[in-house]
Amino acid sequence: MKPQESVAPSTFFTMQKVLSRKKNPGLKEKLRRAERWNRIKAFLLVVPLLVFVGISFIGPITEMLHRSVYDPLVADNLPKTITALQNWDRQALPEEAAYRALVTELLSLQKQRILPKVAGRLNTEQSGMRSLMTKSARKLSRLSVIDNAKESLIAIDQRWQQIGYWSAIANLDSRYTLSHYLAAVDMRYDEQGDITAQPEQRQIYKSLFIKTLGISLAITLLCLLLGYPLAYMLATLPDKQSNLLMIMVLLPFWTSLLVRTTSWIVLLQTEGVINDVLMALGVIDERIQMIHNLFGTLIAMTHILLPFMILPLYSVMKGISPTYMRAARSLGANPVYAFIKIYMPQTLPGVGAGAILTFILSIGFYITPALVGGRSGQMVSNFIAYHMQTSLNWGLAAAIGGILLAAVLLLYYVYNRLVGINSLKMG
Amino acid sequence: MSLPTYCTPLERIAHLSYRLFCYGVLFFLVMPILIIIPLSFNAEPYFSFSEGMLNLDSSAFSLRWYQDMVNNSQWINALKNSLIIAIASTFLATSLGTLAALGLARNDMPLRNLVMALLISPMIVPVIIAAAGMYFFYTKLGMGQTYTGVILAHTVLGVPFVVITVTSTLVGFDHSLTRAAANLGASPSRTFFKITMPLIRPGVISGGLFSFGTSFDEVVVVLFISGVEQRTVPRQMWSGIREQISPTILAVATLLIVLSILLLVTLELLRRRNARMRGIRE
Repeated sequence: MKPQESVAPSTFFTMQKVLSRKKNPGLKEKLRRAERWNRIKAFLLVVPLLVFVGISFIGPITEMLHRSVYDPLVADNLPKTITALQNWDRQALPEEAAYRALVTELLSLQKQRILPKVAGRLNTEQSGMRSLMTKSARKLSRLSVIDNAKESLIAIDQRWQQIGYWSAIANLDSRYTLSHYLAAVDMRYDEQGDITAQPEQRQIYKSLFIKTLGISLAITLLCLLLGYPLAYMLATLPDKQSNLLMIMVLLPFWTSLLVRTTSWIVLLQTEGVINDVLMALGVIDERIQMIHNLFGTLIAMTHILLPFMILPLYSVMKGISPTYMRAARSLGANPVYAFIKIYMPQTLPGVGAGAILTFILSIGFYITPALVGGRSGQMVSNFIAYHMQTSLNWGLAAAIGGILLAAVLLLYYVYNRLVGINSLKMG
Repeated sequence: MSLPTYCTPLERIAHLSYRLFCYGVLFFLVMPILIIIPLSFNAEPYFSFSEGMLNLDSSAFSLRWYQDMVNNSQWINALKNSLIIAIASTFLATSLGTLAALGLARNDMPLRNLVMALLISPMIVPVIIAAAGMYFFYTKLGMGQTYTGVILAHTVLGVPFVVITVTSTLVGFDHSLTRAAANLGASPSRTFFKITMPLIRPGVISGGLFSFGTSFDEVVVVLFISGVEQRTVPRQMWSGIREQISPTILAVATLLIVLSILLLVTLELLRRRNARMRGIRE
């Protein structure tokens, strides 16, 4: 049936051909035109949505990626200083010209009230820069004449004779910078403009990425451990029973994320139901802290993602014929051996699909860790939100987002190769 | 599933413990949700069962948190916002998504895999990344803190569900029906509304329900791009959980659970109807 579809010319097209009859193109030519027109028609149906997704989704993502490398604040506001530093060898102190340029620009930035922004940006590269710049600008504005810019600046603060503070400016000489990505992997530009590792005590992101991967992996394994037996039971029970039990899987799948997170707060908090029960049973003498820590994140996210593991497993297991197992048993295999040798290999596509899906979803989770994770249960997403909303270091937030996005797209690609997005089913 | 009669006692024990494990997992899945419901009728402002509740003492139960919710203008306003945003974005997502699915289902669609991957991506990309990007991009376009911004964002998050459900309904769609209609002189739009639409309606409706549910449950994007005026129910819950956790949240949660049960039942009925319609054709 399928080949016919593409052969069939549109009615309109045939009519036109019949009416005009000027020339008589060959059958092949007609077929080719009809196929091309059909392709265009199919594409035209998709165009509105493509445009829409482009504007409201791909646009924002591109903008975020752009933000992760585009950082014109320093380059645009200290242009003269940067020009004066162009040929600086970063060995000795800069020339008088650089000091002079900085003095004029500090004063004009203060007048325009954008000094705090610029100083704040430089502070993320070299700590102490914010106070140094605001202090210098404040004191400079009180001076009536400045003969020697170098001497005046150093008189205001000794730090102006340290190379590190000048390097911070020189390192941000261009509107495009990799410094946010470097910061996101615990690296930085050093005084010489070379890439080095951050000092030990400032390294947080590498371990954060590793922790996020670890948490996601743990959740995926927990889901597999809990989901596999249940999916097997659902797939092998008679339809009536399994449909009834399936509702118990679909109900949490459909329940609001916030509702489920709330219920875990209610259950796990120190004065909550589970502590009450454990106390009443005499299992514990003292109420235990089960929330606002890693344990809270693990248990709540396992609960939330478990249906995403069970559903693909179930649909694969449902398609496995029970005759294979029966054949194995009748040939003398014991149940465990038959299960491992015959049944399990056939469920691997489901395991792969469920595991990658669970992993992809958990790696980008934000809400649940933010509400029940406390300090130890925070993940990459929480740091993106932190830098977006609290520290206002948007470039760093965008760079961390860029790395997370790359990881997810890679997993998505693997998922697509392994399972195919077309087989993605809901509920 | 029932064991054959020749099973050894050891096998029976193994089987029994396996069953117990499975029911344990089901309990783990459902218990946290169901426990909210009785707790929302707690007369005391606590998140645990009081003595009276356990003894089924009627004075221990009350509707005060429901009254609290109804009398609170913030919740009512949030509900209104949620409904406006969810309905508008569902309408947009369903119409655009269905149209695209019709194109994607044709086997002469060029670049199908690429387009599909692009359209599904809002479901795969972590919502925090999308939200951060939307914050920058929508502010630039002057859509920050507007209903339009939130509606567009929710539409794009709901679109993958519509595309997936409608495309899967269209698998095995008998195109000779539309050709017959065209042959009998129906215009393309008439063919669509009289022939195609009734056949794919279950898929369209379930896609719409999915996108409605997505919008109604979405909080990350709202946190990033909405202003005070566009506060939705999840946004209100979020600040409720973070700031002054009060049992009113449990009342709201209970209502949301009821809503999700309704959605679930509707979808299941649609699925069955769809399966039945296909069964006839096969």
